[in-house]
Amino acid sequence: MTENGIGAAVRRKEDQRFITGKGRYTDDINRPHQLYAHIIRSPLPHATINSIDAKAALEMPGVVAVLTGKNMVDDGVGGLPCGWGVNNKDGSPMVEPPHPPIALDTVRYVGDQVAVVIAEKRSIARDAAELVDVDYEDLPAAASLAAASTDGAPLVWKDAPGNVCFDWEIGDAAATEEAFANAAHVTSIDVVNSRLIPNAMEPRSAIGDYDSGRDEYTLYTTSQNPHVIRLLMGAYVLGIPEHKLRVISPDVGGGFGSKIFHYAEEAIVTWASKRLDRPVKWTADRSESFMSDAHGRDHLTHAELALSGDGEFLGLRVQTKANLGAYLSTFGPAVPTYMHAVLYAGTYKTPAIYCEIKGMFSHSVPVDAYRGAGRPEASYLLERIVDRAARELGIDQAEIRRRNFIPPDGFPYQTPVALEYDSGDYFASLDQCIELADCAGFDKRKGESAKRGKRRGIGYSTYIEACGVAPSNVAGSLGARAGLYEAGTIRVNPTGSVTVLTGSHSHGQGHETTFAQLVTETLGVDFENVEVVHGDTGKIPFGMGTYGSRSLAVGGMAVMSALEKIKTKAKKIAAHLLEASEDDVEFVDGQLRVTGTDRTVAFGDVALAAYVPHNYPLDVLEPGLEETAFYDPKNFTYPAGCHICEVEVDPDTGVVKVDRFTAADDFGRIINPMIVEGQVHGGLTQGIGQALYEQCVYDDTGQLLTGSYMDYCMPKADNLPNYELATNVTLCAHNVLGVKGCGEAGTIGSAPAVINAIVDALSDLGVTDMPMPATPERVWQAIREAAA
Amino acid sequence: MSITVSFTLNGESVRAEVDNRTLLVEMIRDHLGRTGTHVGCDTSQCGACVIHVDGRSVKSCSMLAVQAAGADVATIEGVAQNGNLHPMQEAFREHHGLQCGFCTPGMIMSVLDLVKQNPDPSEKEIREWLEGNLCRCTGYQNIVRAVKAGAEAMR
Repeated sequence: MTENGIGAAVRRKEDQRFITGKGRYTDDINRPHQLYAHIIRSPLPHATINSIDAKAALEMPGVVAVLTGKNMVDDGVGGLPCGWGVNNKDGSPMVEPPHPPIALDTVRYVGDQVAVVIAEKRSIARDAAELVDVDYEDLPAAASLAAASTDGAPLVWKDAPGNVCFDWEIGDAAATEEAFANAAHVTSIDVVNSRLIPNAMEPRSAIGDYDSGRDEYTLYTTSQNPHVIRLLMGAYVLGIPEHKLRVISPDVGGGFGSKIFHYAEEAIVTWASKRLDRPVKWTADRSESFMSDAHGRDHLTHAELALSGDGEFLGLRVQTKANLGAYLSTFGPAVPTYMHAVLYAGTYKTPAIYCEIKGMFSHSVPVDAYRGAGRPEASYLLERIVDRAARELGIDQAEIRRRNFIPPDGFPYQTPVALEYDSGDYFASLDQCIELADCAGFDKRKGESAKRGKRRGIGYSTYIEACGVAPSNVAGSLGARAGLYEAGTIRVNPTGSVTVLTGSHSHGQGHETTFAQLVTETLGVDFENVEVVHGDTGKIPFGMGTYGSRSLAVGGMAVMSALEKIKTKAKKIAAHLLEASEDDVEFVDGQLRVTGTDRTVAFGDVALAAYVPHNYPLDVLEPGLEETAFYDPKNFTYPAGCHICEVEVDPDTGVVKVDRFTAADDFGRIINPMIVEGQVHGGLTQGIGQALYEQCVYDDTGQLLTGSYMDYCMPKADNLPNYELATNVTLCAHNVLGVKGCGEAGTIGSAPAVINAIVDALSDLGVTDMPMPATPERVWQAIREAAA
Repeated sequence: MSITVSFTLNGESVRAEVDNRTLLVEMIRDHLGRTGTHVGCDTSQCGACVIHVDGRSVKSCSMLAVQAAGADVATIEGVAQNGNLHPMQEAFREHHGLQCGFCTPGMIMSVLDLVKQNPDPSEKEIREWLEGNLCRCTGYQNIVRAVKAGAEAMR
């Protein structure tokens, strides 16, 4: 292993600026003569806008403009596009309603954009917004899935009867029916996958900066994928050709999916900047984030698992309703379908699966990808129903999983729901986790808890996920309206330092370090002499950004492909300099050497020769040493693993404490174990957050009840245990490094382990189910109801 | 109505003309251009804006700028001295106590006050102290580890 190369726990390059207060986030940026935008948002979940009277606001000193949806339409502004189309069972397309950046005549959720006030100061814009008189006519609303699915529910869109956006299916219905007909036992479950609000710590922000002299636009925005924003906003919303639009996502303070999507505010500030010929800045208050960042999860599911007498899974049947919110967010329809139902095989060889997913509109914030995006919902359902089946059949939790795992020699494995897994060893992860979690000592710990009047339970989850959606042509055939490759450029500078330009975007993941490790390993260039550039369409090649744990497995592989091209060219140059055949030249410790000799040339000298080509084979080789690669993966990658959670429940108060949490994960080859560990810590915490604390709640009228940190319970330092982690490695079979991805696994596997542990702690009282979040009140009630 | 507010910021005299209602964090970020102090919420719960006023950690979103008049104010930009990182900053880097970095300045300013009051905090004491600082990336484990190590290096 090269020092600072692959496998080293290198400390992060990016930390210096963050720990000294020199990070540069969007709200830290100010443009000369900038104005401030304040968005007026609907206080009602569903209403007709009769009129907007901005006269008093416009008279306030410092107010520059009050703009509405009508102004946008008059300027030819289009709607926010949806990036993934899903078809109904009969092949017809989903209902795809318009999504104006500012509502025109109707508002459809609390937080929907109604108008924008633009002023010289943030405080003036906010004050003036109070003076804008919007006359609403209240309409009935249905914000929750249950309400939106009721017969006669208020419709979000008249073109979507029953509020159904799509009614989609996957799997083999007939084979599944047959499996159930032959089953010795059927386990059923109804689960609610609760609605979440992502809550990246940096609120969204956007600055539109129009240069009238050049007729060029710059958008600074808190995005995980600046090129996607440039493509969608430029082409579909504002009609700006791409060579006239630059999108910069500087340091971004966490994303977790919520900063993938093209949001209205990005279009509003960009459009307004041209209209007013001044930069326009908008930054969300946290309260605004709660009602305007795309939400996550929100499924209602009924599922049945058909089993043989000895616990072999024969078939799985699933019906899910998924809340999409009032409008289709960028990838909203893909999340409960191609990111979710295709994972229903899990780590198991269930031969027959059939599932029906109804995407539902409701008078709520649009729902889209949030860390895991569809896969946590799948693993939650599977691991809950497997846990229940084991209890019903009296089979040990580890044993029922072992009886059904796809065996290590069973790869590639074609699931009944489209995916083909390339590699894995689920037995190894389970065994490793059982050992590390000291499951053998559980009974003793349970006894000790009991002496203190506490009930201890243990819960298992053996999850799988699918990362790095690919390949583009297959995704396209399934409804994706974009490519899913990644771009990377290696620019070797004349004196031998290296600049990496990547389409991946880091908003905490540490790419500036990990990608530099790839370069150090491959070229032998000092880690300190590698700089990774991302997040600016003016600098980087067209790239698709960061989501779905794709950065290393897709973006990193683009970097590797570009590095391979650099190596090839560098060898040619070195062969010339060393007067040898290029086939005889090899890379050794930052030198190029003629194999079997001591004749070497330093990589830096090769770079210099490429840029000062005096002694250079100009007749056969171009000068310069810079290569770009676009990498389109052959398949998803399939990280998998086992999570084991131990909880202690106080039966008197219902308080659940996560006492031990152990994760054994297979992420393929690991580049930086320190960063991977950090990703798992954060992922686990978001899963535990869903299991115990977090939930987005709308009341019966459609008002958002959890609109601040006073009401939405975030996991805090004193709520959590120290996690015990281990990894085992099976290499991904279709990329050169065998990497799989680690960003979402923690979130995908953890929530069911926690809930299964709570059910285990209370099962001898007769408790068989526990909704998320398992708040003290719910746990206390469940204990009382089971006793009654 | 506006008012001139002056105080000492990281050892330097500063002044700005601000609205009466300007929050201390707004003055620091918008008027004085020190953007290391962040705003992550509007209910004074996230702790991204923690700074020191007269040696005590405070949430600068919960103070008016005028309340800091004449005070000794310290922000994350003043923690490293002469280009040398403070041991607590070193500890955050060494133990991977940050990912996106947005909560980090508030975390560091907060725990510097903890260690001042309690030079050898236990893990439980650190976790309880951090109840007022939210982090969405790290799950806190490496932050706690960093604070332990930073405190030790400071002793």
